[in-house]
Amino acid sequence: MSDDDIKIEVNGVPMSARKGQMIIQVTDPAGVYIPRFCYHDKLSIAANCRMCLVEVEKAPKPLPACATPVTDGMKVFTKSAAAIAAQKATMEFLLINHPLDCPICDQGGECELQDLAMGFGRDVSRYNERKRVVADKDIGPLVSTDMTRCIHCTRCVRFTEEIAGLQELGTLGRGENMEIGTYIERSVDHELSGNVIDLCPVGALNSRPFRFRARSWEMMQQATVSPHDSVGSNLFAHTMHGKLLRVVPRPNEALNETWIADRDRFSYAGIYTDDRLETPVFRVDGEFRPTDWATALQRVATRLGETAKEGSLGVLAAPGATLEEHYLLQKLARDLGSNNIDHRLHAMDLGDDDNDPPFPWLGAAVAELESADAVLVVGSHIRHEVPVLAHRLRKAGLAGSQINFLNPAGFEYLFPVHEYAETPLSQLQPQLVALLGAVEAVTGRRSELAVDRGAISDAHRRIADSLMSGDKSHVVLGHLATRHPGYSKLRAIATEIARLVGATMGYIPESCNAAGAYMAGVVPHRAPGGKPVAEPGRNARQMLAEACDAYVLLGFEPQHDTAEGQAAIETLRGASFVVMLASWLDPTAIEYADVILPIGTFAETAGTYVNMQGDQQSFSGVAEPVGDARPGWKVLRVLGNQLELDGYEYNNAAEVLAAANADIGVMRPDNTIARSPAINGAQYSEAEMPRPSRIYGIDPLVRRARPLQRTRDAKRTADR
Amino acid sequence: MSVSNKDTSQLSEHARQVIDHWVAKFPPDKKRSAVIEALRTVQHENNGYLTAELMDAVAEHLDLPTIQVYEVATFYSMFETRPVGRCHISVCTNIACHLRGSAEIVEHIEKRFGIKTGESTPDGKFYLKREEECLAACVNAPMMMIDHVYYENLTPETVDQILEGLK
Ligand code: SF4
Ligand code: FES
Ligand code: FES
Repeated sequence: MSDDDIKIEVNGVPMSARKGQMIIQVTDPAGVYIPRFCYHDKLSIAANCRMCLVEVEKAPKPLPACATPVTDGMKVFTKSAAAIAAQKATMEFLLINHPLDCPICDQGGECELQDLAMGFGRDVSRYNERKRVVADKDIGPLVSTDMTRCIHCTRCVRFTEEIAGLQELGTLGRGENMEIGTYIERSVDHELSGNVIDLCPVGALNSRPFRFRARSWEMMQQATVSPHDSVGSNLFAHTMHGKLLRVVPRPNEALNETWIADRDRFSYAGIYTDDRLETPVFRVDGEFRPTDWATALQRVATRLGETAKEGSLGVLAAPGATLEEHYLLQKLARDLGSNNIDHRLHAMDLGDDDNDPPFPWLGAAVAELESADAVLVVGSHIRHEVPVLAHRLRKAGLAGSQINFLNPAGFEYLFPVHEYAETPLSQLQPQLVALLGAVEAVTGRRSELAVDRGAISDAHRRIADSLMSGDKSHVVLGHLATRHPGYSKLRAIATEIARLVGATMGYIPESCNAAGAYMAGVVPHRAPGGKPVAEPGRNARQMLAEACDAYVLLGFEPQHDTAEGQAAIETLRGASFVVMLASWLDPTAIEYADVILPIGTFAETAGTYVNMQGDQQSFSGVAEPVGDARPGWKVLRVLGNQLELDGYEYNNAAEVLAAANADIGVMRPDNTIARSPAINGAQYSEAEMPRPSRIYGIDPLVRRARPLQRTRDAKRTADR
Repeated sequence: MSVSNKDTSQLSEHARQVIDHWVAKFPPDKKRSAVIEALRTVQHENNGYLTAELMDAVAEHLDLPTIQVYEVATFYSMFETRPVGRCHISVCTNIACHLRGSAEIVEHIEKRFGIKTGESTPDGKFYLKREEECLAACVNAPMMMIDHVYYENLTPETVDQILEGLK
């Protein structure tokens, strides 16, 4: 027992505690409930609501459990007459000004104030005076405000200052005139700001898109996983009558903690839009006509069967499709004799794919970043690519980790950045090479990479020193590096840097399941489990540059979701048959698609995503598919049957997953490179560089989520 | 890190010097401590009130989020965030003064000028503050403060005399 360990007694029960802990931090893990409003374990202690008053032996007055440090031998009473009296008195004060509008408040039924009023409130009020009224604020399209309900716990204020890193909300005025707000009317813009909805213990801050849609007790809560980035944030979906009405975080300390990005929270709005595809359609005379599943599948099977015999088949899948869909899709492609399959739609450099890792991963667990000594992020607008991962980096930076960037100018980070080495993307390769030179100088070790090290600047030296400063350092390549036309070279150089300094080497995989796509073999050169194929097929670039005879496209819109954009559409027009599996009817599809089969969104299908630390996270369908849409894996299964192929006898997604995993076997993450590619001084022009991803433009679902499209971030990045 | 429009040109050279003088008294990461003095100076130079632009400029100069400056400006009764009359009349309405009849004093001034607390006279001469807490002159309650000068043991008559004298 160290000096810091002490004993206290709570309601007569002995408990061990550490010096410096507050009473509530000891009672919470022990399951002794103390009421509270302002205390939150992820925020600083404000101790301003006084709901947590407890009795402490020898203390003349009740003490706030959230702000009273424990001392050895302390005796705490949470339910004594004095404690209860103090809690009741606090409640009475809190209710003086709180409106009695629970029947029209969205928080009703899940309100901390309502719950505690049930436990500690009086049934009649002793106050006849008028209650105070506070004007509502317009803080943007995501969060609704009913400020009269605010009890001034300041959780929302502390969230913006401490978690988001940019204080956007504040306490204005004082005394009876105190209000929470922004002073000048403006929106609260941070990409995690929706979390204030969960933090607000009353109905003052609520979800604006969800406003008046349902009562909390009418909905069902089911676990699911975010489809938007490769952290795989855990979610709860709230549904009523089979419709997804709301998304909230499902705490998971290893991944998203208690937070989710606004993208994860509000994208569901894109599920129910006017352009949702409700039946299969086929193109006749320049327009899409609805048809039934049997006809549509028959037509697709016939054409694909023909192509298999005497033509080339190209298969492209979104990296955000489920592992089950990925697996069945590649199976279908390969059973039809084609290795032309890929999910790397944004990639511009797919040469050197022998050096691909078995599956791209972060190189470390998400939570590990928090205790890093140093991190180097290369080519990533990480706040927009993976907001929740950016939050981890922020925590690390605040705790003293040295966070370094090698990035284009202008990405803002709301935490101490050790070195932000600015470079135009076209110069990323020479910059990285110079950094390698700096690392060699610092470590005294030479890399075999044959390339002129170029001019080493102070910034490079500072980054090199930083990476050597401790034994927990990480190098991470973001989307701007993995989508770069010189990606394979960047990868080789970064891997060398990581090797020389003893850092982990990692990637930010695209979308939510790029790792799963690699595992399932949705690449032209490898079968499930990463086994090499005898004759690699054509990759995404090749398939989108020169037409195959027929295509199967799963879950993406070429003009937005591929590196080629409009040019991809031109190529697809040259095919004689294109079938899309999609959830929405994209008007430009008329230019190239012959048949579109409606599939469910992430909410309407069971499936599995593999995140950036290699975890397979399975979930079940939470909502009824819209119209005649069907889960993608079912559509692919039936297609397999129609084509009279073997091994498409699955009854549910779990069976597909089991089959996939049997095929995949054990895959170990490994980002090392077998042999370095030639790094010559390739010249790139700024015009051919990838654009930073639009935070609310990354996939078809997000693009259709109207609340997100109304945010400032969406408007600011609209031209990308 | 602030969200202001990155414009400090609103601050006079003198204001900057005063602010920097105060900043120097605090640890480098505690610039926030200088907000009150900064706002006092800036308000003084701007006819007794603060504008959003001025507060943004202070925030920018101190490298703070603008909201932290707004918080201070709206909390303290000595800061005004809109144009007000030239003479600031603050009648203490805290407990001792209240017991000694401050409500009557406030009412008297309101009647005399035809304005409510929180308002200024149309000619821009007088501003009757909305709220003033104990100014530590309770011994001679009720009291008021006009432009930093204390007037004590007030009655409606003495208030009239005092206000006459100011004209
Ligand atoms: S709005 Fe909600 S979270 Fe913010 S201070 Fe008021 S009650 Fe607390
Ligand atoms: S929870 Fe302790 S004072 Fe609010
Ligand atoms: S109560 Fe008025 S001066 Fe103290």
